[in-house]
Amino acid sequence: MTKTNETHTELALEIGASQLELLEKLCNATAVSGDEHEVRQIVLEEIKPHVDEVKVDALGNVLATRFGRGENRLRVMLAAHMDEIGFMVVKKHDDGLFEFERIGGIDERQLPGKPVLVGREHLPGVIGAKPIHMTTSNERKNKIETSALRIDLGPEIGDKVKPSDRAAFATRFEVIGPSLRAKALDNRLGVATLIELLKHAPEQIDLLAAFTVQEEVGLRGAGVAAYAFHPDMAVAVDATPANDFPHWDDDDENDRYNTRLDAGPAIYVMDFYTIPDRRLINWLVETGEQTGTPYQLRQPGGGGTDAGAIHKVREGIPSVSVSVPIRYAHTAVSLARLDDWAYTLNLLHTALGRITPDLLAGERRD
Amino acid sequence: MKPLIKKLVETPGPSGFEYAIRDVIREEIADFADEIRVDALGSLIAKKGTKTDAGLRVMISAHIDEIGLMATHIDEHGFVRFVNIGGVSPLTCIGGRVLFMDGTQGVIGMDGIERGKMPALSDLFIDVGATSKDDCPVKVGDVCGFERPFLDLGKRMVAKSMDDRIAAVVAIEAMKRLKNTPHEVHFVFSTQEEVGLRGAITAAYGVDPEVGFAIDVTRSGDTPRTNPKMATALGDGPAIKVRDASFIADPRLVEWMVKSAQDAGIPYQMEVLEAGGTDGRAIQLTRAGVPAGCVSIVCRYIHSPSEMVDSDDVENAVRLLVKLLEAPIILD
Repeated sequence: MTKTNETHTELALEIGASQLELLEKLCNATAVSGDEHEVRQIVLEEIKPHVDEVKVDALGNVLATRFGRGENRLRVMLAAHMDEIGFMVVKKHDDGLFEFERIGGIDERQLPGKPVLVGREHLPGVIGAKPIHMTTSNERKNKIETSALRIDLGPEIGDKVKPSDRAAFATRFEVIGPSLRAKALDNRLGVATLIELLKHAPEQIDLLAAFTVQEEVGLRGAGVAAYAFHPDMAVAVDATPANDFPHWDDDDENDRYNTRLDAGPAIYVMDFYTIPDRRLINWLVETGEQTGTPYQLRQPGGGGTDAGAIHKVREGIPSVSVSVPIRYAHTAVSLARLDDWAYTLNLLHTALGRITPDLLAGERRD
Repeated sequence: MKPLIKKLVETPGPSGFEYAIRDVIREEIADFADEIRVDALGSLIAKKGTKTDAGLRVMISAHIDEIGLMATHIDEHGFVRFVNIGGVSPLTCIGGRVLFMDGTQGVIGMDGIERGKMPALSDLFIDVGATSKDDCPVKVGDVCGFERPFLDLGKRMVAKSMDDRIAAVVAIEAMKRLKNTPHEVHFVFSTQEEVGLRGAITAAYGVDPEVGFAIDVTRSGDTPRTNPKMATALGDGPAIKVRDASFIADPRLVEWMVKSAQDAGIPYQMEVLEAGGTDGRAIQLTRAGVPAGCVSIVCRYIHSPSEMVDSDDVENAVRLLVKLLEAPIILD
């Protein structure tokens, strides 16, 4: 379901040059699960002037609080994961060739021929592939297992790379017309969104921002973050696939698109890990309807966000997720629309500003 | 108990959408609980009894959700595509009827499936009688359960949601009959079990029990082609769980449950379930760990629209649960 906005209402929060510059910095940094240092440093630097409390917990989550004013403030947790899918070097061979493992969900067919950056120094390497001249037609029909691939860093690399170093796709961030093209838009879009929301936090709630770790390997950071915050409710902000090409065959309507580009933020109704609280789904949908902000409902099904861990913490935390739709998630290059990001940011900003304790009065129900 | 069973099994409540069944149960237990609350994930938690020196804080968990479907897409001709909520087999969907939470009814079609080929859920669709997307009352995210009336076969009973409403009935009935207990008992009617014991996880954290029991259904081993084999049968009494795929029951509790059944002359059978899980796992793993067990009602055709249980097993499960809760719990 989509809602289009014919009359482009003025947005409270614009995506300008400085927001794009921040997103570029975040996307070009590497933060493969378990080694989120680079993104964490950017986050800490950006948010420090705008928050009342900030700490880094035992798993590496950044937990930042901006208190509101007045009585009866709900404690609202926002979560965006800092980590991205990538690789870990596991064994050194001669001539600067390194064996590696995948970290997070990566289709092996995506690997051959991709440039990568290895370690915190971003050393350039390439996941080599046998050229077509040397392959048989039979070989070309089959995928190449990760164990048969190597990251090639050249013989000069010496001891600069060691097992346990992470590697990420080397794609550089670009703005192309209405689109954003980069690696790790999943979930630097969410991270950038949370940073903007902290800078423009509503006054009537306490905003608890968790920049989480290790989401791509099993929502590991978010659970402990939620335990520490002990919030009244939570919203996970993430990126989700848009598998929105029309089918070639006209008789075969695309019924598994997950989300569509240009249709606004995707509100979750169910994924593999979470059946969100309908009160929160309705809160976001009503905000979209009443402010003319485009939104779409993500098709229910698989996938997951930090909400999957958060809602089961302690005595239960009403939770929902909102994602920016992106094409080609978990590959070397993903693609998003600037407008979808802007509407995501503004839907959340407006929705947060409308929260009253009534939102959670009564019981979970439809 | 049959009128109560009929009422509970015919109320729709797919995982995450338990508000209707919760309201039915709340009304049923209102006069028998000392305190009733609902937690953030929607579990109904009813406290009964005061803890004495010989007593413990005990959690009883019966889940009130059932498997179901959620709409993913309405095509241009008004057909509804869907995904499963919990363990739904395409085979039990075909030809089935569904009921959406707003009362919309529909049937599940399978046109175009090759003969002899196992269909996937994505090959199937719900037909609610719409002619186009515009007149289809179903929207993306709408939820339905399987529709099938309660069937009373005398000693045996059949329904779409014996898993796990029959356990809710056992818990309700035990609550009603339990007059004296040394324990502070928390009867939890938990949510979202079918999608990963989610309601019991938060409920167990909140109750903070010293010992806990799940009440759930388990497979029967007495049909012509049972596979894998299982030493359980309808009518042989409530099953005392030794293990399932999700947890190993506390052996001290298992022993005590067996002895209690023997002392009271209640028939029982032992359950070793290879697949499947119950709220017992959620209770056992909460906080610093809790001794946990499970009383099961043997059930044929689990997760089909026609799940069958035996009336005597239900009655004896109630008797066993009351017996367990009346006495001090011995762990040694």
